[in-house]
Amino acid sequence: MKKFLALLLALCVVFSMTACADDANSDETSSPSPTESADPAPTQNDEEQNAEVMSYEEYVAAELDSQVVIEAYVQAKQSWWEDQATVYAQDEDGAYFLYNMTCSEEDYELLTPGTCIRVTGYKSEWSGEVEIIDATFEIVEGDSYIAPALDATELLGTDSLIDYQNQFVEFKGLTVEAAGKDEAGNDVAFLYNWDGSGSDGDDLYFNVSYNGQTYTFTVESYLCDNTTEVYSAVESLEIGQVIDAQGFLYWYEGVNPHITSVTVVG
Amino acid sequence: MSGIRCRIAAAVLVLCMALLPGCHGQREQEEFTVPEQFDEAREYEITFWAKNDTNKKQTDIYKQAIEDFQELYPNITVTLRLYTDYGDIYNDVITNISTQTTPNVCITYPDHIATYLTGSNVVVPLDELFEDPNYGLGGGELLFDSPAKDEIVSSFLEECRLGDHYYAVPFMRSTEACYVNKTFVEALGYTLPETLSWDFIWEVSEAAAQKDEEGVYAVNGQKVMIPFIYKSSDNMMIQMLKQKNAGYSTKSGEIQLFNDTTTELLYQIADSVEAGAFSTFKISGYPANFLNAGQCIFAIDSTAGSTWMGSDAPLMDIPEDEVVDFETEVMMIPQFDADSPQMISQGPSVCIFNKEDPQEVLASWLFVQYLLTNDVQIAYSQTEGYVPVTSKAQNDPVYQDYLDSAGEDGDMYYDVKIQAVKLLLEHVDDTFVTPVFNGSASLRDAAGQLIESVTKAVRRGQEVDDEFLTALYDDTLALYHLDAASPAEGEKDLGPLPTEAVVLIVSLAAAWILILVYLTILWYKKGKKSTLM
Repeated sequence: MKKFLALLLALCVVFSMTACADDANSDETSSPSPTESADPAPTQNDEEQNAEVMSYEEYVAAELDSQVVIEAYVQAKQSWWEDQATVYAQDEDGAYFLYNMTCSEEDYELLTPGTCIRVTGYKSEWSGEVEIIDATFEIVEGDSYIAPALDATELLGTDSLIDYQNQFVEFKGLTVEAAGKDEAGNDVAFLYNWDGSGSDGDDLYFNVSYNGQTYTFTVESYLCDNTTEVYSAVESLEIGQVIDAQGFLYWYEGVNPHITSVTVVG
Repeated sequence: MSGIRCRIAAAVLVLCMALLPGCHGQREQEEFTVPEQFDEAREYEITFWAKNDTNKKQTDIYKQAIEDFQELYPNITVTLRLYTDYGDIYNDVITNISTQTTPNVCITYPDHIATYLTGSNVVVPLDELFEDPNYGLGGGELLFDSPAKDEIVSSFLEECRLGDHYYAVPFMRSTEACYVNKTFVEALGYTLPETLSWDFIWEVSEAAAQKDEEGVYAVNGQKVMIPFIYKSSDNMMIQMLKQKNAGYSTKSGEIQLFNDTTTELLYQIADSVEAGAFSTFKISGYPANFLNAGQCIFAIDSTAGSTWMGSDAPLMDIPEDEVVDFETEVMMIPQFDADSPQMISQGPSVCIFNKEDPQEVLASWLFVQYLLTNDVQIAYSQTEGYVPVTSKAQNDPVYQDYLDSAGEDGDMYYDVKIQAVKLLLEHVDDTFVTPVFNGSASLRDAAGQLIESVTKAVRRGQEVDDEFLTALYDDTLALYHLDAASPAEGEKDLGPLPTEAVVLIVSLAAAWILILVYLTILWYKKGKKSTLM
């Protein structure tokens, strides 16, 4: 009798633990804040889902707000939050910024650099950045591809720079300029947030000049956080240094590269 | 969850807790009681999670406030952690509640507090602290000039009341304003009315959307023009419904968002999008950037975004050579009834998270009160189109002088900013807030999402009709868990219990029965033994 009771109680404990776990989950799901861009609107029918994959040229020609289907290779992952991933992707012809693409946490782990994905979404533009939003994706088995950095130094300041939007690029021989001033009024080489209102861990902003023009570069903290080499490298920059930099050619009201590496060369 | 399933789940939960206290490895907080005396002999370290509008002046003011406070209370060290987004604070707090690592003091919104309160004794109710004669509002033992309770603007303070208790104090208040390119309105042959109506905005916006065969808009000579851009689609829907006296939610959390008026409004919005007259921040970008580039005529954003608005705005995100010269008019958001204007009250509040040590909580409270002093209130409000939350600060000659100095320079006294502030000061009685309950933050998101979804759909060439809206309502209801949040659903029949739940309940019941049987037998045998002896 005692053994039976002990066994029964043990079973109860196991079931109760399961109940605890379920309860914890329900607490999570009761969190009332789905991500801002979650779009419940029904949008894609079967015909659209089966649309043909576009070439980059066709993608460029596609109207804003039209549905697009592309295949490209993951180059970098910027963020994942509540089943939405933001990713830089590229093929031999051009690049894509995939903003808040539907993606489980497990699938996000599979999006390693070089992985080929087929993406179905809508071409959109936000503050000058052309991107694919409200997208879904599937992994395409086969080749992988890592884009070499395109030397875009001589394109700085030209109208054709935007043709390379979102591509992995490099700039050589840039001079570090003052980004702002510290509390004592001294010039500084970088700022936490665009105006220095942030702190360690926030985006880094720094200015570089080339051929007499100054450009603002950013270390996007979701793409490269404060544990990365580039974050430390920018925090160590000094005004007047000459640098080479690599990153993705992001756009925000003008060119605003998201820098992933910086090398001081002079 | 509601009805029978809810009660059973609650019963099971109680049983589980009885069987497995500490199942989550989390101890429950003791209820906070105000200490009789603040122990100044001890050292306290408190954390303050604050939000700024990516504005260095604001972070400087937080730092200055901390420095000044620490001079008064050298035994209290305040560590500042800065955020630029309320949502990030909310997510981090939620994460830290489970590990009991919440900050001491936190900038927040009442909607968020409603969720925090689902934990037990997580947020400190402030009623007793308010009234404490020594350390309460205007208390005798304070080392600074704290406002009395009746010196906090009552409507702002009431926004911080959830149920029977105050769980926060207001820190700053703002509302929304419509920043108008008056030059373009007049160029289109219109004259701005005293109060904007929705009809006026739709009409002028559609007129401004006219372009030639080359895609060049007549009003600005550019290839880009979005006449009407709304920053917060959540607020747009909420205020439209309020002005129409239509349902949104009840105080108890009954969801009323999906109603005929909402449908009517969404059809109007769809028509305007179709005409190329309307878009939102999430879809197109910051209203201020379009306004300043001469690519928008009506930009609706917070008064706390006023320093970005206008040709001469002190803060600017677009290249100088793209800025267009125009006259900016700061107006109340459009109304359906000009005689009874309604606008939302928004802005940060401050709450205190409970800790094991009541002295630490009291130290937190002292700092919170310090944020209400005139120096902090006036300085912070001047960084943007904010209004101080105390009459004490509003009536301070320094603040009055600030208001009188509109236009004296393009920075501190930037006229657009001060006009936006005056707009709120003159219409405090016309402001409202939405009911707060667990799930109200989600409802707010859903309200905005309806507008975003309709706008996207029209831009993508989809037909917005009854079928579309019905599907949209169903999907939105599910995505934001509003079907579960609404008590209006009543005690629905949710079908039979899942097998696992049945097994669990039966097992638990059986265990208790057997325990009782066993104890009875034991007691019987023991009794028999003692009788024999």
